[in-house]
Amino acid sequence: MPLSVLRRRLRGHPPLPPVPPPARALPRPPFAFSPRRLRLGPRHPLFEDGDVQRHLYLREALTGRAEEAERPRVSEFCCHISGCSQVFDTLEGYEHHYNTLHRSVCSFCRRSFPSGHLLDIHISEWHDSLFQIMAEKQNMYKCLVEGCAEKFKSSKDRKDHLVTVHLYPADFRFDRPKKVKSGAKHVSCPTEYDGSMLMDVSVETSEQLQADHMEVVPSESMEVPQPTASTSGPEKRLYKSSWQRDACTLSLSHLRCQRGPSNRNLTPLFVHGVTVIPGSAKDPIHNLLWTGCHPRI
Amino acid sequence: MWGRRRGAGPGGGAEELRARRREREAALRKARREQQLVSKRLLREDEAERGQDGAERAVLDPVLQGEVSELLRGVQRGSEDRRGWLRRLRRALQSKETQQEFVRLDGAVRTLVGLFTCSLPDVQLEAARCLHELSHSSDAAVAEACVPVTSYLLTYLSGHSIELMELCLYTLGNLVVESEVVRKKLLPQGIIPVLASCIQSPHEAVLEGLGYVLSQLLQAKEAPAEIIPLVLDSVLPQHMLRLVCSGLKFGTGAAVEFAWCLHYIVCSHTANVELMSLGAVPALTSLLCDIASEISPSDSEGLELLICPVLRCLGNLLAEETGREAQPQDERLLVALFIIMHCYLQQHPFLIPESLWLLNNLTADEPFFCSALLSMDLLPALLQLLPHSQTVSTLVLTVLCNIAEKGPAYCQQLHQQAALPLLLHVLVVPDPEVVGQCLELLHLLFLHWPQVAADFVKQGGHQTLEQHQSTPELQERVRVLLEMALQPLGASAFSSSSTALSTFSQMT
Repeated sequence: MPLSVLRRRLRGHPPLPPVPPPARALPRPPFAFSPRRLRLGPRHPLFEDGDVQRHLYLREALTGRAEEAERPRVSEFCCHISGCSQVFDTLEGYEHHYNTLHRSVCSFCRRSFPSGHLLDIHISEWHDSLFQIMAEKQNMYKCLVEGCAEKFKSSKDRKDHLVTVHLYPADFRFDRPKKVKSGAKHVSCPTEYDGSMLMDVSVETSEQLQADHMEVVPSESMEVPQPTASTSGPEKRLYKSSWQRDACTLSLSHLRCQRGPSNRNLTPLFVHGVTVIPGSAKDPIHNLLWTGCHPRI
Repeated sequence: MWGRRRGAGPGGGAEELRARRREREAALRKARREQQLVSKRLLREDEAERGQDGAERAVLDPVLQGEVSELLRGVQRGSEDRRGWLRRLRRALQSKETQQEFVRLDGAVRTLVGLFTCSLPDVQLEAARCLHELSHSSDAAVAEACVPVTSYLLTYLSGHSIELMELCLYTLGNLVVESEVVRKKLLPQGIIPVLASCIQSPHEAVLEGLGYVLSQLLQAKEAPAEIIPLVLDSVLPQHMLRLVCSGLKFGTGAAVEFAWCLHYIVCSHTANVELMSLGAVPALTSLLCDIASEISPSDSEGLELLICPVLRCLGNLLAEETGREAQPQDERLLVALFIIMHCYLQQHPFLIPESLWLLNNLTADEPFFCSALLSMDLLPALLQLLPHSQTVSTLVLTVLCNIAEKGPAYCQQLHQQAALPLLLHVLVVPDPEVVGQCLELLHLLFLHWPQVAADFVKQGGHQTLEQHQSTPELQERVRVLLEMALQPLGASAFSSSSTALSTFSQMT
């Protein structure tokens, strides 16, 4: 039967008047046939060939995303977030950067979070004074796990719940309680996600990373993992004193000329994924932020 | 976007490629029979690895222990070029031995987890790629060493970076299929609610990865008891169905994954009431019809792995107790099945037995489909499949039996449409199972439409039958058939009323 004829049939065909089914007769021995609908389990031999094809596909399938080296390049452009001067030449690179650092940012303290969910919890627990009041009377600390509706009296109770019920690691990075002590000179906020800042260039110096990952404990702020919160207000975070001290450990091996129109004569440093443009005149806020942050080279 | 890896590199002629593919298929078949069939996906282009810094495939040689430590130190220490160190580590981790070495090193996984959760996007991505390589290991111990990262993988799935989410999804999928320890961690960590949120993403890449994780989760041996109930409690089933049914137009890669997910759920036979209440049967029927109207023998590549699980879902759903009521009497499904069989007969014959099984489930209890098959002139296409293979022959004969069993009018049609000569050919096939099924069919035909017996004898069928008189599993039936066929001519004048038939059968 030609395919075209069959295809036409797909568009509809007046059904036959139903023939009343004859009474189902029992099979007569030695004949055994009786019509049966068959249910096949996942390991049935009939499925073997199809399964083999499926597994071959899994092992061979590509996804649409090319390796970094192969992605289409665009002309370099800068992250448009005020104060962030990261440069990109692929759209994927920019997308990841933006979504990681700028998407879920707390407008109070400028910390960025891996998800909107964690950001919401942070805002209510750290910046909502009503929260503290209500927390005295009822359980306000929400479980971090999506889908779990439990609430707790304290951050510690919540953490215990995360560890015992949800089998989270005891040092889960995104569950750091607000630390109340003040005056820490060495602002460590080490590898914490929410401690990293758009503008905060002292992020991830080698010393800090080492301390966190290898559990070498160089200073009091490196104790098991309670962060020091930004203690003296947002501005302080931007002028990390450690920036100048640690400048010499920053890599100078990547120098890139930024080809943006407004920065023709500047040679920025490319450090750890953040471009520092000394004295850039991009906007007044930028100037304000960068005052005092010049690296001493 | 999805596709197959291109070829096997230089020097692969077509014949060599086919031979290699056959070897791989044989290995997979063996693994399946031993219930050890585990496959993983890898987000890596082989080509890109070559020549990235001049180093060729040498990286696949296992790295010595000292070198693994050096890589780890480089990653831990090097604030300069941490990305470079991570890239080197990632290439080294393509080898199984290096993977095993690495996870045994003190603090190694911890370091990777730390970098994976750091605030530098580029470093984070490179660390994620290293973890992804580890997840691809076929050593369960390596998968279990990655347990500390699972909560973070889930955290980033609630985030926004597509590239990172894709990596997390495929990494999770690989870990999940390898080790029950990992699954026992992930379920309380809330993997199902996270996936349920992700499935509402509009991004194809995310959806495909999501389908992959789910498909691996749903194959776990504990899935029917522990995982499927959680899935059913969420919004996942309706979205899966939606994404499968829209897969012809967009997101075919994701549709394939979710179709296999549905297959694993349906196979467990714990969820079919829910699935049917979501309208799975009419939706999947519609999908098959849409696919059938698009494909042709020359342009069918790429959909076979979507069609296969959909056929299986329909086949099993219709075999349920309530399956009959759920099946609308839509003859287009029949047509779609025949188009599919016609288009894939050469390239992907694995679809033929599966289509025929569905056809059996349609025709077994429903005269509607039997009469539709006959009236739409689909019988020749069915008969053409008879000489195909043992499994296919048996299935075709079973469907013919379903039709013949419905009564005289059907048998008359079968006879008029020239089934008999082909059945005579089947009788000489050296396969007792196939011949046995043929005997069952002949019995039904002789019973309901005696003219068949007369023509059978005229065409020398009884002589062919006699050849099987000494085959143990066929003897009895051959004897009875010979009696029926060779009885006095007067019997063929009997009317086809059922009373006459029952008298007739009492005489034999």
